Amino acid sequence: MELPVSRRDNRLGWLPWHGIAVFGFLYLPIVTLIVYSFNGSGVGGFPPHNLTLDWYRMLFDDDAIWTSVLNSIEVALAAMIISLAFGIPAALALDRANFPGKVLFRRLVLLPLILPGIITGLSLLMLFREADIKLSLATIILGHGTALISVATTEVFAGLQKLERAQEEASLDLGANYWQTFWRVTLPNLRLSIIGAALLIFTLSMDEIAVSFFLIGRDNTLPLEIWGRLRRGITPEINAISTIIFVFSLIAIVIWYRLRAGAEGKAEVGAELVESPAQGD
Amino acid sequence: MFSRAYRAAVTVPPLTWVAVFLLLPYLLLFCYSFWSVSSAQVIVHSWTLDNYRELLRVNVYLQTLFRSMGIAARVTVFSLLLGYPLAYYLSFHAGPRKDLLYQLVIIPLWVSYLVRAYAWKTILGSDGVLNTLLQYVHLTQHPLDFLLYSPFAVVLTLTHIYTPFAFLPIYASLEHVPRNLVEASQDLGASPLQTFWRVIFPLSIPGVLAGATFAFVLSLGDFLAPLLLGGPSGIMISNIVVSLFGAAYNWPLGAAISLCMMLLVLALLFLTESLEKKWSFR
Amino acid sequence: MATVSQNATPRSSVPGNEAPLLSVRNVAKSFGKNPVLRDISLEIAEGEFLTILGESGSGKTTLLRIIAGFENATSGEIWMEGQRLDNQPPYRRRVNTVFQHYALFPHLTVQENVGYGLRVAKVPKDEIATRVEQALAMVKMAAFAASKPAKISGGQQQRIALARALVNRPRLLLLDEPLSALDANLRRQMQVELKSLQREVGISFVFVTHDQEEAMVMSDRIALLRTGELEQIASPREIYSRPATAYAAQFIGHTNLLRGDVRSGVARCHSLDWPVNSPDGPVLFSLRPENIRIVDVAVGSSGVNVVRFRGHIRQRAFHGSTELLQIECEDGLKLSVRTATRDKWQGDLELEFTPEDAVPVRESAERI
Repeated sequence: MELPVSRRDNRLGWLPWHGIAVFGFLYLPIVTLIVYSFNGSGVGGFPPHNLTLDWYRMLFDDDAIWTSVLNSIEVALAAMIISLAFGIPAALALDRANFPGKVLFRRLVLLPLILPGIITGLSLLMLFREADIKLSLATIILGHGTALISVATTEVFAGLQKLERAQEEASLDLGANYWQTFWRVTLPNLRLSIIGAALLIFTLSMDEIAVSFFLIGRDNTLPLEIWGRLRRGITPEINAISTIIFVFSLIAIVIWYRLRAGAEGKAEVGAELVESPAQGD
Repeated sequence: MFSRAYRAAVTVPPLTWVAVFLLLPYLLLFCYSFWSVSSAQVIVHSWTLDNYRELLRVNVYLQTLFRSMGIAARVTVFSLLLGYPLAYYLSFHAGPRKDLLYQLVIIPLWVSYLVRAYAWKTILGSDGVLNTLLQYVHLTQHPLDFLLYSPFAVVLTLTHIYTPFAFLPIYASLEHVPRNLVEASQDLGASPLQTFWRVIFPLSIPGVLAGATFAFVLSLGDFLAPLLLGGPSGIMISNIVVSLFGAAYNWPLGAAISLCMMLLVLALLFLTESLEKKWSFR
Repeated sequence: MATVSQNATPRSSVPGNEAPLLSVRNVAKSFGKNPVLRDISLEIAEGEFLTILGESGSGKTTLLRIIAGFENATSGEIWMEGQRLDNQPPYRRRVNTVFQHYALFPHLTVQENVGYGLRVAKVPKDEIATRVEQALAMVKMAAFAASKPAKISGGQQQRIALARALVNRPRLLLLDEPLSALDANLRRQMQVELKSLQREVGISFVFVTHDQEEAMVMSDRIALLRTGELEQIASPREIYSRPATAYAAQFIGHTNLLRGDVRSGVARCHSLDWPVNSPDGPVLFSLRPENIRIVDVAVGSSGVNVVRFRGHIRQRAFHGSTELLQIECEDGLKLSVRTATRDKWQGDLELEFTPEDAVPVRESAERI
């Protein structure tokens, strides 16, 4: 009789169930939120009934929300530019150059990633206070840009590690100087990392609260607008905007993943986000 | 491989920016913690240790700090318990579905933190989804109070938020375990369970340490979840800092607490790094 | 260390004489629609050094992995010592493997690596210590007991991998191209060491390689695999002098393939002819370059039953002690001829070979 060879111990049968439970735990709140955004009788109660699009309609007419959305987008785009403008050279410097204070620099750049956001936020607040700079969207932009440099740096750094030195050496060998090599060879190879970083920075900025909390002036960003309403009480409108945010996040992450997974091993995707600051010293 | 101009171009701008907008603010934080505030709500730039004395004297600060660490510790443990088996399953047993499942795990990471915390608030409230569900199926008569506005709610929400954070480095380190080591172990007579404990788990420890660090440090400094869901018994250290920069208006004291938090985090990072180096076998 | 069987001489050449240790019966393996092994049957005797030789894609590694237990055969069975082997998971088989890239555990010391299998089997601690010590001494790595694998060289890692496998006293040792990552000199040295080690411990070795020289140096028998089929299984000398197929003749050593036509006991190839004992029809012959002799006109021919012809040297390749000459004959036939370097042949030559040295071989079936 042909006996099957078991390649996996049956004692591990609980693993898939554990996995399902974890996924359930991770997605349950989001699904609930989405379902209840269509619930006529509001946020609580079970089971949901009275399907309606009222909350979305209310959302549509809500000027304050839309203003804050526009503000957030403005901030996110500006922060993206700042982060990339300084993050890309930082990654290059860390990967290739030796300069005094390199270790300190590396740690410093990565600090906002690991420190609680409020610390970075209130440190910047103190800076603006001492320099007598008024709080506004501009200060938020500076805050986000600074805090998210680390994201740009880590993503581009990871991309640099994957870059073959031989390509740049070939370019030099064929007569291009350092600048030409940078534009023609290095940068195109980093394209995917940069786009991935940009996407990630944009998304993180759109959702940022901790730093923004301290640096806000008169104009609200979207998270702060939502936050303000939450303090006053829950309304299902918030479910509606949350659902919309979720959909956009979903699109963003799918694009980001496809970009990165196309360029490198699947396990690496996202791993550099949680790399300990020490690795690579 | 560089010209000096190239090197200058890549180092000077980021160095300058970081010096102005990161180093300087953190230094200011340091300074503020030694200053004080006058009754007229003016920051007095004179050096004093009063803030630190205050921290040690008034119980509430240390108590809150310890409570925060307790919450962070619980979040870390639960995140690891949820994240590790999942990462193991994906890495070693998921086969062709591995990729899709991985994406499914990191999607929640991208969904707004605020949205997710808010979601739990709607679920856990006394009129919330969970309570009405339980009453609907007659498992309970009255709403369960402890669900919301308690440390329980904070731990639950933060675990939900940080499990994917814990998952990522664990998964990465598991993926890096060479599969021929697993085969070698079985070849030498170890069953899959023995192989896990003797080979796979030890090699995944750096990932576990990284994941635990993230979960712990980020939970420790969290202020949103306690504010939304913690109630009076769920206040964490960051909430105190926030109020000191807001209504309670004592920036120097807030700075002192923040500096302590920062040092705590840095000490923890240092500890984890040296542990990771010890457990990394390259 | 495993008890040294009293200088075991291999009972290899005639399998089936005594009960074989391992019996592979009609094993086939496909990955999806892709057939990698087709109906392989062979037997391994006690104390034998068998090499599975083949190019990449021949299925040799797959066969080894099936014996080790890391793959399931699609059909067929494997028996060891009267019991079914292929329905056991790898950790229950009395078979151990030396992996191609050694697969040493990076988090354990050399000593702990070697003792791994014994610890898992819950062997008493002092026995583990003794056996590990003996195993390390056997591979001459006793000085490195406390080192970590990352700190020792490739060749040294290979020895540890060997010790780690042998210390468990398996009935069969599998080696998956263990020498492929070593440089040439180290390889040759290890070949000799492995061979004497096998003699010393008396365990059957199944060695997988694509290097035909390696196979010839080390093996009692060679099993030549080609695209999943067993082309020939015989001792090195026999495979070399009596290759069964054109592929076998060409894969192992150099050869000249002569397409001949046999009529009434005479084979004719171009302008050469010689007596054979084959039925009429087209026949392919394998003639080794060293079996074509260059006639020194001063000395004269070596014997009566030789085939004589003339040729001109077109190219020569220097191989150290020998040279491989490319000869073109008067009728356009091109042959390789091996001579001693010191003979310094030039220009036009008289050549001869003995008809027995032209071995008839089968065509190998074409497979994609």
